Amino acid sequence: MTFRAGERVRVAARTHEGHHRTPGYVKGKSGRVERVHGRFRNPETRAYGADGLPERVLYQVCFAQQELWLEARRGAGDTTLVDIFEHWLEAE
Amino acid sequence: MSEHDHDHSHDPITADGEPPAAARARALEELLVEKAVVQREDVRRNIDRLVSRSPADGARLVARAWVDTEFKERLLADARAAAQELDLDSGPSPVVVAVENTETVHHMVVCTLCSCYPRALLGPPPDWYKSLPYRSRAVSDPHGVLAEFGLELDEDVELRVLDSTADVRYIVLPRKPEGTEELSEQELAALVTRDSMIGVAQPVAPATA
Repeated sequence: MTFRAGERVRVAARTHEGHHRTPGYVKGKSGRVERVHGRFRNPETRAYGADGLPERVLYQVCFAQQELWLEARRGAGDTTLVDIFEHWLEAE
Repeated sequence: MSEHDHDHSHDPITADGEPPAAARARALEELLVEKAVVQREDVRRNIDRLVSRSPADGARLVARAWVDTEFKERLLADARAAAQELDLDSGPSPVVVAVENTETVHHMVVCTLCSCYPRALLGPPPDWYKSLPYRSRAVSDPHGVLAEFGLELDEDVELRVLDSTADVRYIVLPRKPEGTEELSEQELAALVTRDSMIGVAQPVAPATA
């Protein structure tokens, strides 16, 4: 699954045993693709000495601060941008 | 004799107050050298190279962008290529992204998972950047963190927190302070602090401009 800037996505809510670069606070949260960074080796296998291939597309996903935290203290327009690999993203 | 509970005895793993993490790094290095995976000289040279970098390099990028709009556009489009124009090496990350603070948008950078940081352009990260409180609160309470750094954003400013969770490194292009129109590019670079390129501070004009 590949996405374009502007598309709505949701981060998979799954757990993952071992090293991965998807922070827990965005799992299950929905956002919008802000940038497509390009293709990078997969850290989930590279961390264990493998080559990290095939490469995965890395996206910058923009989340509304209020989507992430129940008590976003102020700033309705505030956002958090997180770099997430494609295999953690689902179309919404 | 170690104090922890298992069935062999050995000398303490850390000695003379050496922090456990330092002891672990030293043990790893000794093993890798012993197994000829790395040479001690390579380790030393790489550490030297990393700690020899300083925020002055990033500050040169910012100051050039402040005085040269076309350079600023190139910096925002591809920070690695823009850095090369100034003979700066932006490091091993294939993608370096510069984000611009304006009157309506403020960016700040964190790595919630570890301590990813544009070391080649800013030097080693400050200790607070690597601390758990910063890494967690920068995303959960960014305004509170900024307030502790002495930065209060106007109500109508959108705060964008960048969590550098993967291969991309981010550097903030802060706003050029007012009252600095007469300053040279070099003088401007001296105003650009490390913290302003992380996005937790704003450069200020010299008191006597």
